[in-house]
Amino acid sequence: MLTYISRRLLGLLPVFLGITLISFFVIHLAPGKPTDIQTSLNPKVSYEARVRMEKLYGLDKPVYVQYLSWLKRFATFDFGRSYVDDRPVSTKIAERIPITLLINVLALILILAIGIPLGAIAAVKRGSAFDKLTTIFVFIGFSTPEFWIALLSMSLFGISLAWLPISGIKSLDFEYFGFFGKVFDVMKHLALPVCISAFGALAGISRYMRSSMIGVIHQDYIRTARAKGLSEAAVIYKHALKNAILPIITLLGLSVPGLIGGSVIFESIFAIPGMGRLFYESVMSRDYPTIMGVLSIGAILTLLGNFLADIAYYYADPRISLRPEKEL
Amino acid sequence: MIREFTRNKMALAGSIFILIMITFALLAPIIAPYGPTDIDIKNILSAPSHAHIFGTDTLGRDIFSRIVYGSRISLSIGFIAVGIAVIMGVLIGSIAGYYGGKVESVLMRFVDIMLCFPTFFLILAVIAVLEPSIFNIMIVIGATGWMSVARLVRAEVLSLKERDYVTCASVMGASDAWIIFRHLIPNAIAPVLVSATLGIGGAILTESALSFLGIGVQPPTPSWGNILMDGKSTLGVAWWLTIFPGVFITLTVLSYNLLGEALRDLLDPRLKQCVDDRFSLTTNLTVRHPDPE
Repeated sequence: MLTYISRRLLGLLPVFLGITLISFFVIHLAPGKPTDIQTSLNPKVSYEARVRMEKLYGLDKPVYVQYLSWLKRFATFDFGRSYVDDRPVSTKIAERIPITLLINVLALILILAIGIPLGAIAAVKRGSAFDKLTTIFVFIGFSTPEFWIALLSMSLFGISLAWLPISGIKSLDFEYFGFFGKVFDVMKHLALPVCISAFGALAGISRYMRSSMIGVIHQDYIRTARAKGLSEAAVIYKHALKNAILPIITLLGLSVPGLIGGSVIFESIFAIPGMGRLFYESVMSRDYPTIMGVLSIGAILTLLGNFLADIAYYYADPRISLRPEKEL
Repeated sequence: MIREFTRNKMALAGSIFILIMITFALLAPIIAPYGPTDIDIKNILSAPSHAHIFGTDTLGRDIFSRIVYGSRISLSIGFIAVGIAVIMGVLIGSIAGYYGGKVESVLMRFVDIMLCFPTFFLILAVIAVLEPSIFNIMIVIGATGWMSVARLVRAEVLSLKERDYVTCASVMGASDAWIIFRHLIPNAIAPVLVSATLGIGGAILTESALSFLGIGVQPPTPSWGNILMDGKSTLGVAWWLTIFPGVFITLTVLSYNLLGEALRDLLDPRLKQCVDDRFSLTTNLTVRHPDPE
């Protein structure tokens, strides 16, 4: 098992390098430099000053040299300093990451807690009104822009009904609350972002759960379970459900990039100071070190998600052998 | 085949809506009652009425006209981005499948890398670093959306290249390129068509999200996403600015999804036997996440 884990981890390394390489080159080869705002756009800056500034940031060297030095520093967890406020990128990310993780983990829990039963019931009652209703829900979920749903629910729950706050993560008088008051306050602020970021992926998960469950129900061991006289509930919930959940584990790992990407949109709609918002700000100000830092952290989270899903799959399904897989 | 298609009422409704949207896009100047950027200071934020059926925005521009003109942008981004994705995916997938060995493992590794990207982050970074123009958006959405097509084509080619007619062609001295373009790709195209149809919906969603964040199509050019961006600032005051463009995005994407599903049932008789594999793992993963999401 240990060798399997270490081999998988080693296999992730080239993928990670590939991701950072592509991002680095795409960002750095684009026309224009981050120093343009201070130099070309400012007539008072002389040519020498501009060259000095580019040299300070290391932008005068060829891109591959810049990438290698970035990589060398990255290996020691030094992400460089932000071009905007000269603070270490690692500090900036560390401040922002907990709230993004919290929202995404809560969203994942919500997706699982609703999506799995929804899909399973739809599969068992295939063709029923419930099944048709979930199918409609799935198609709508696949087709609606999430930020639009966010806007609509903001105007409904936040403005018309005024049940929930629509921006930020704390109330203004947050400091005066007791511990439970604080928890409740944060929960109230996070309710909308979490529910909405769960919404899109929910459609997908429940649909996959449905097809996986339908596949399982037709298997021989289910017929055997029925034939030996088990109650329908035991057949469905003990035998079928357990097997049908397996593919969902892989799917969860694969849904991480979507969730992380979605956080850019939610965090800017709901004014949440998370990693997505940080990315948006750094992209807008061409803050290369921060862009690269957030992209790499995002990539690490994604790879970690896939990796954990694989490990979980191995534990859940004894049929999986530990040979390195070529496919997928 | 067509009879079978028309029996599927949802898909029929979807295609009719798509046709309406294409008509909107082609005949925008005739259909739209006003110009997309005509400012009318006297009618700022007026609610839907006879003169402005979807109301007006903060500059008094007619929302219906802006949506009609916006359909040009949204649809062309959808079509061209997916076109780019399909061309890239088909080429990479067929080369990987046909040549196998080292070529295949390098190319498929590349696919894995691209699949692990938080794609929306990458799109955002590229668009912001380049310039947010319609052209750049098309290219970037296309260049980050070809992976599922490549996987599909590779899988098809792997099984097709063992067929007798391919062996026959190669014995007769056909070049690799001839075999790939003449024999393999045409036979592998059915699942690609399905994936492309579903992908158009995804591309339209990504474009609207980018424009909504202000780094997509730039004002005053109307796109469904940036009309919604205007709607955000007037959320409590002018519901019509938020509702109508959103409904159009949803209906359009829904139509493409329904059409794609119907095509899948129609073109792939193997899948038809087990209709519930529709959302099979390999084909549909990247559709929603433009990553997007």
